[in-house]
Amino acid sequence: MAFDYDKYIRPGKLPHIWCPGCGHGIVMKGLIRAMDTLGLKKENTAIVSGIGCASRLPGYIDCCTLHTAHGRAAAFATGVKLAKPEMNVILCGGDGDGTAIGGNHFIHACRRNIDMTYIIMNNYIYGMTGGQFSPATPTGHKASTTPYGNPDPCFDIAKLAIGAGATFVARGTAFHANQIDKLIVEAIQHKGFSVVEILDDCPTTYGRRNKYKSVIEMMNRLKEVAVPVKAAEKMTAEQLQGKILTGVLYKEEKPEYTAEYAKVIERAQAK
Amino acid sequence: MSKKVAFLQGNEAAAHGALYAGCNFFGGYPITPSTEVAEVMSVELPKIGGKFVQMEDEIGAMAAILGASLAGSKVLTSTSGPGLSLKQELIGYGCIAEIPCVVYNVMRGGPSTGMPTGPSQSDVMAAKWGTHGDHPAICLVPASVQETYEEVIRAFNLSEKYRTPVMVMPDEIVAHMRERIVFPEQGEVEVVSRKSPSVSPEQYKPYDTSFGDVPPLASFGSGYKFHVTGLNKMQDGFPTTKAEIVQAEEERQVRKVEANADDIVTFEEYQLDDADVVVIAYGSTSRSARYAVNAAREQGLKAGMFRIKTFWPFPDKQIKALAGKVKGFIVPEMNLGMCANEVERCAQGKAPIHGIFRVDGEPINPDQILDKMKEVK
Amino acid sequence: MSRYELRFSGAGGQGLITAGIIMAKAASIYEGKQAVQSQSYGPEARGGASKSEVIISDGPIDYPKVTQCDALLAMTQEAANKYSHDLKEGGVLLIDSDLVVKIPEGNFKTVSFPIINTAKNDVGREIVANIVALGAMVALTGQVSRENAEKAVLSSVPEAFLELNKKAFSMGYEKALAASA
Repeated sequence: MAFDYDKYIRPGKLPHIWCPGCGHGIVMKGLIRAMDTLGLKKENTAIVSGIGCASRLPGYIDCCTLHTAHGRAAAFATGVKLAKPEMNVILCGGDGDGTAIGGNHFIHACRRNIDMTYIIMNNYIYGMTGGQFSPATPTGHKASTTPYGNPDPCFDIAKLAIGAGATFVARGTAFHANQIDKLIVEAIQHKGFSVVEILDDCPTTYGRRNKYKSVIEMMNRLKEVAVPVKAAEKMTAEQLQGKILTGVLYKEEKPEYTAEYAKVIERAQAK
Repeated sequence: MSKKVAFLQGNEAAAHGALYAGCNFFGGYPITPSTEVAEVMSVELPKIGGKFVQMEDEIGAMAAILGASLAGSKVLTSTSGPGLSLKQELIGYGCIAEIPCVVYNVMRGGPSTGMPTGPSQSDVMAAKWGTHGDHPAICLVPASVQETYEEVIRAFNLSEKYRTPVMVMPDEIVAHMRERIVFPEQGEVEVVSRKSPSVSPEQYKPYDTSFGDVPPLASFGSGYKFHVTGLNKMQDGFPTTKAEIVQAEEERQVRKVEANADDIVTFEEYQLDDADVVVIAYGSTSRSARYAVNAAREQGLKAGMFRIKTFWPFPDKQIKALAGKVKGFIVPEMNLGMCANEVERCAQGKAPIHGIFRVDGEPINPDQILDKMKEVK
Repeated sequence: MSRYELRFSGAGGQGLITAGIIMAKAASIYEGKQAVQSQSYGPEARGGASKSEVIISDGPIDYPKVTQCDALLAMTQEAANKYSHDLKEGGVLLIDSDLVVKIPEGNFKTVSFPIINTAKNDVGREIVANIVALGAMVALTGQVSRENAEKAVLSSVPEAFLELNKKAFSMGYEKALAASA
């Protein structure tokens, strides 16, 4: 039997704003399947986002949804989670929102290891504003504000998350749709701050400027560059040239923030 | 039983006022001269099971309290000028998404880093116009330690009642001076909580105006599912660009405060009955003014003071009425004429306005005001 | 009007703000008067200039700052130079005789004794010099009783240091009386 997405979609809120060929819808479906697998209660789940195409996702899902200001999802979400640790808190947004204007909140949410899951849809571009380069745009690539090629080096978002202290970091792609929900399930189950980076495509503002002839070509590229971490172990450095690792990249158990704060309360009340 | 008394700083009193009002979540970032509020909250909140978080920056602190408020907490942040500038982004979010919260801002010199330990009153316009767009503004300007305690309680009440951010803005002198404070008993001062929904989760809309200009607010995690956005929204909380809806919602958001000015605006009239020279003052400057009025009266001058306790909404009506009766207004303030401009607007040319403006980090002393009174005479 | 104005001035880290707070607390909590304490300070936690002002009155206090000082404590030469000029006629200036060597002139009474040295050698800890100074200011100003001031001291310091502070306070009180006699 086909999976019934409608039980999680808000009635009357579709069609979504995303362009044909955009991978955000694939990620949303992955999230919905993950929620279903875990049996998350909709009224006990908050989905928090910033600004941008990817940040419109919460509006379509029938939960407690908070579409905040540009870059601020992690900070708003920290308030929600700390106030009500019993809630499931999921964040989503794009690469520009999360790692440029929201970069500070992002790394500090990682550092606190607060039990939330952040799904970053990385399509290498600011799509909603018309295709300006983001901290994830590869060097040399074209955007509306890098007409001569991007001079900036780019972030490896997963490495950034690991370096900042996130205790679960995974990467998938919009092409590998069946893997997305599995990664999100594992991320949500992890006690601590988990980051799932999904390499995504923006045919409208990125593909067009960077000589991708079609969405299919963009999807094929995701298929070709992705190498599961397990497979990569058997590959040489030469073979890994230009490839991107996918799967669970990092996992460790560390004290979680709301649990630690509960201990602060205990200590304060014991005095 | 005699009441509990203490000898406290304005900032410490603010924290205790917040706790009395039921504050159970504080998000902050260290900044002089308001840090004592955060310090007291970090000690006291966990004792009552509340939450204290020091965020990575001022914006993050503002975001955290808004998130926590949506999850049902009564929330506070504290800051000072440079932090207020940063928080303005999300104060606007609180206004449009109609999220109760209290922003306690100690006024120090500016702009930018300015004079971090010097007193100032130059954030009063930022309280109204600091965040972009049309929005409601409530700003309270206490003049003593006791009043700081009481006004923080009132700020929580107003914020919960009108579902909007409320600012409390003592100047650095009030924030850091110490006075005796008498704590009210539990239940002695009214504590207001936001209106919660009376309809089922299926019927709930977060901006349902059939309940009036201030719709009930459900909490995340209480069985109600709803959407909150910083975009112009419809009654169900979802974004819209429909002209008539945006217009009506924007007007309602401002009206819910402006139309209730009589409920919100507070002031003190001191020696006004026969006064022909009236000082309009607020915060610590009003203490200099009171000293000057007393000294002037001893010298036979008919001086009085109109003390602003609520800066926004501005006491338009009261100052308009006074303007017809006096020879002149004196407006002393630690900025270059922010309140004086408002007084001028209200006076409509009926009374001259004499400003005493200081931005050198020193308080306005009573002699300066007394000298000006003689000029008006 | 019963308004009485005190200023505690010196360098950051000398504990003068604390001394001012305890004086004001003694007046407003224990003596039944009204009091306001305020301060100004630079960015330094140690060193730099520090000033704590206390207004004591029988009635409500409006202006919280010093207008004309009744009593001044100066714990550095710089503070003595800077603040002695607005001392009232007949006011009192207390200085540390080791630190303020150039004694300001004016129509006020100057009392001096080695405050920091008293703390270091007679009480045993330099850190309580501010309480020695406070004891002296209480004796010289007569705004609060010795008993009430002592209560305020004891309610403001850590329990482990009650005796030390009590001793410091008494030493200051006695030495000031002797020095001004």
